[in-house]
This record gives sequence, C-alpha cells and structure tokens, in this order.
Amino acid sequence: MNEDVKRIGILGAGRVGTAIARRALDAGYEVRVATARAPAEIELLLGIVAPGAIAVTAQEAVAESDIVILALPLAKYRSLDPYLFDGKIVVDAMNYWAPTDGELADFETSISSSEVVARHLKGARLLRSFNHMGYHEIDGEARPAGDPERRALAIAGDDEAARQKLATVIDRIGFDPVDAGSLAASQAFDVGTPIFGATLNRQAMLAALAPRAAA
Amino acid sequence: MELGVYSFGDVQRDAKSGALGSTGQAMRNLLEAIQLSDQVGLDYFGIGEHHTYEMPASAATVVLGAAASTTKNIKLGSAVTVLSTDDPVRVYQQYATLDAVSNGRAEITAGRGSSTESFPLFGHSLNDYDELYAEKLDLLLQLNENDKITWKGKFRPALNDALVVPRPDAGKLPIWLATGGNPNSTVRAAASGLPVSYAIIGGQAARFAPLADLYRKAVEKLAVPNADVRISVASPGFVGDDAKAAKSLWWNHWYAAMRDIGKIRGFAPPLRTNYDHEASGGGALFVGSPEEIAERIVALHARMGHSRHFFQMDLGQLAQKDFLRSIELLGTKVKPLVDAALAEKTKELEPA
Repeated sequence: MNEDVKRIGILGAGRVGTAIARRALDAGYEVRVATARAPAEIELLLGIVAPGAIAVTAQEAVAESDIVILALPLAKYRSLDPYLFDGKIVVDAMNYWAPTDGELADFETSISSSEVVARHLKGARLLRSFNHMGYHEIDGEARPAGDPERRALAIAGDDEAARQKLATVIDRIGFDPVDAGSLAASQAFDVGTPIFGATLNRQAMLAALAPRAAA
Repeated sequence: MELGVYSFGDVQRDAKSGALGSTGQAMRNLLEAIQLSDQVGLDYFGIGEHHTYEMPASAATVVLGAAASTTKNIKLGSAVTVLSTDDPVRVYQQYATLDAVSNGRAEITAGRGSSTESFPLFGHSLNDYDELYAEKLDLLLQLNENDKITWKGKFRPALNDALVVPRPDAGKLPIWLATGGNPNSTVRAAASGLPVSYAIIGGQAARFAPLADLYRKAVEKLAVPNADVRISVASPGFVGDDAKAAKSLWWNHWYAAMRDIGKIRGFAPPLRTNYDHEASGGGALFVGSPEEIAERIVALHARMGHSRHFFQMDLGQLAQKDFLRSIELLGTKVKPLVDAALAEKTKELEPA
C-alpha cells in the first residue's frame, strides 16, 4: 500500500528539530514535536519558533506519525525504546561530533553512525538524511522544484520503499532528494566528508556520491 | 543602541614569511584594540576565552584588567566565559575585582563557546557538558545574589556559608546567557532572569527574530522578579572605507578561519558565493562600508529589538591595522548613523 505521507513526527526541539518542523509545516504536513520532557514544557517555544507544530510525548510523536525524524543529541539515542519504532520509517538526522560533544564509545567504530543507531532500533525502517546540511540552510534554502539553485539532500537506507517516501517529503519541503542507496552508503555524507556542510545541487551530489573510478 | 567588538585574540601572520606571529603580541594587540574602542566611543568589548595558538585569549580578566586602567567608559566583559570548565567562584571573584578597578564596567557572559580545548585542559569530559553547565551557572547566579553561600553540587566541592569577595559596588554584576540558537537556551535565559546574547554567525540574521520574540514572551510568562531583560547580538563583522574592498579583503580571513575550524569539526570550507550572500542585506556577516553596516544593523533591530550589537572582526589573522581601522569606523561613523536612524524611528512613533 503506497499511502502519501501526511504526518511527520520530530524527536528533538533544538535547532535542527525546530528547523525541520518549520519546513515541514510550510510544506503542509501535520507536525508533532517531542522531547524527553513533558509536552507542556515546549509548548511556548513551539508556539513561537514552529507555530502549528503540536507538542506531544515521544510515544505520541512516533505512534501518530507516518515518518519520524530523530533530531535529538546522539548521546541520548539509547533512551529511545526500540519497540516504539517497530515497522516505522525513521530518519536519522543526527551526527557524531566527537570534537564538539565528546567521544561516545558506541560510535568509535568504522561503520557509519546510522548503522549503530539501526542496530539499536532493530525493527525500524531506518533512513539517514538531513544530517549533512546545516540547520540554517534547511531553514533558509528551501526552493521550489525546478529552481536552478535548489540544493540536494542525500537519502540512505536499506528499505527502498522508505527511501522513496522520504524522497517525496524532501521534494515537497524544498530540496532535491538524491538516493544514495543502502544505509552503509550514509558514510559518504557523514561528518568529515566532502558532502558534509557543502552546498550541492542534485548534479554535484550525484557526482560526490558516485563510487570512485578504479585506479 | 550599544555597539561593540568581541575578540578571541587572533594572532597575526607575518606578511613576508607567512608564519604565525607571537601569542604574546596577540595579547598586546588585543589590549590596543580595547583602548581604541573606548577612544572612538564604542560601548562594549568582549573577550572570548580560547586556548589555541591562533586564538590564545585564555585569561580574559587579565587583559580586561589592563584595559580597565587605560580606558574610561567602555564596558568590559567576556564573550564568552567557558563556564563549564572554570570554577564559578574564581570567575566571580575575577569579574567582581575587574568591576572594582574599572569603576563598575564589568560584565560576564556565560556560554558554551565554540572552543572545546578547555575541556581536556582542565580535566573535564565533553560528555558532561550539559550537566556541568547547568550546575555551574546555578552557582554563578547564586554568587551574584549573596556574599555568603551554602551550595552543593556534583562537579565542584561544596560550599558551607562561604564568603566570596569582593562584592560589586552596584550590588550585582550583569550576567548574560549566550546562545547559538537553540530555543531551549532562550527559555533558560528568561527562566533565570538573565539578559540573552545571540551569536548569529551564519545564514540570514533575522531567522533569530522568533527567538527574540520567544525570549520576550517567556520573560512575560515566567515573570522572574528583578529580571535583567535585554537582548544583544554578536556577529562577525568588518567595516572598511570602501564596501567592495572591505568585502574582498575580509573574505580571505573569513575563509581561512572557517577552513581551519572546518578541518577540526568536519565541515567543508565556505564558498565565495555563500559569503557574498551573507555579507550583504539580511545576512549574518556585517561586512562593508559604514553606511551599509549601519543600515543593516537598523534593519535587524526592527526585527529583533536588541539593545546591543557587537562584532568579531579579527578572524583568520586579520592584520592589526585593518582591525583597528574597522574599530575606528564602527565608533566614529557607524555608531552615529545607527543612533540617528533609531532616534528618527522613535520620533516617528511618538504621538504628534
């Protein structure tokens, strides 16, 4: 069944979470935002920085959304109850920033940070996206389809149908979605890669994601 | 509106050899910049604690103390004090002493800062950042309220009816909360009765306007008694006599600084097209001629209602002479233009 995405849930009401909330609201989605605190504690904040977003509990954000976006501090990922996310399309917008946030043993590994998250959220249809673009760009650089200066967001994940659904959302929000393939491919747009923090249109993103030619 | 400057004590680069200059000279240059700022009538100078070779301003109160003796009016503060890795008692004592020797011109701005070198330097874990900050901010605020305190926490030994001196003559020091845009920090400032300082260092500056609204609404809702309700903005900036020349010159330094930070943090260096976009109109980089900068400050003020705007000019080894000229222009040209424009606006709003 290929139903359109109508409701987006966001875990995290920091700079990234509220920026994505604003863009999703502008694109016409129903947006729910949750943090570890009671919904009442973020109502004032949301009312001003993402008017129209609904403050809910994490359980509600996940249960009542078609796609859930993880925009919480990566160090808190283990606080997420895996059972809550069974069968859900979940987008990891988080980054492992050891120089800024400190080293996390779980992420001192050769696999991408998303694959670590995926191991914890076993039943989720986990995708990686939004992480390589600064939150102020997500906020300020949304453009309609066809605009020559439209920027690209990469999508990685093992579930192809889920990637396609997120691609539709990203397109509606105002960016060109570029399918990077399986979750392991997210390593290509992790912290420290040429894609990370770069301004790329669809063509440049495709080029950056292309496997290196054999020597 | 108050205008000012903030600096991390950027080291010079030798024009001939390309080698980085001395960290000691950087401190003397910083002192010179503060003195000039005072002479040209600027209102505030902040030193941002840093511990790198390129930005060695690690002991802000020493430089501010030297500035106190050789300036008359300018307010002297931190931008920021990396409170998480310092001892709030020591911080308070130093700034209260600065306040005494400057005749009441000291301020503290507490924040995370962009520098993380202080963590391993002083034996703290970045993983503890949130807890460290909350606990130390709480202690700092209590020290500002009472000369004798009893306090217990996780990261610092307990205090039992301890006396902390000297005391500011005005009773309290201004303590600002700096934030880089996380809305929760804005609410925290309002909840603590503190003035808020927004570091707007990229993108369109007015995207911080909703945060200023949030601050004012939270202040109203939380109604903390004796709250110090003010908003300031800190952004990169550079004033030159000629707009085009100023933007081109400063691009080289901006690029160098961002490239170096990007290498550590893992992001790509900026593009000139992005810089041009952000160094004009509503962008966060206030780079250009005095008239243009004044206009942009006033335009942002219409959106944010801030009472102080201060600029980081010495980045990426900007030459001291260019730094000083920019300070001079900010005080002698930009400030009068901003004051005149805002006075006009106030007149327009008054009843006929």
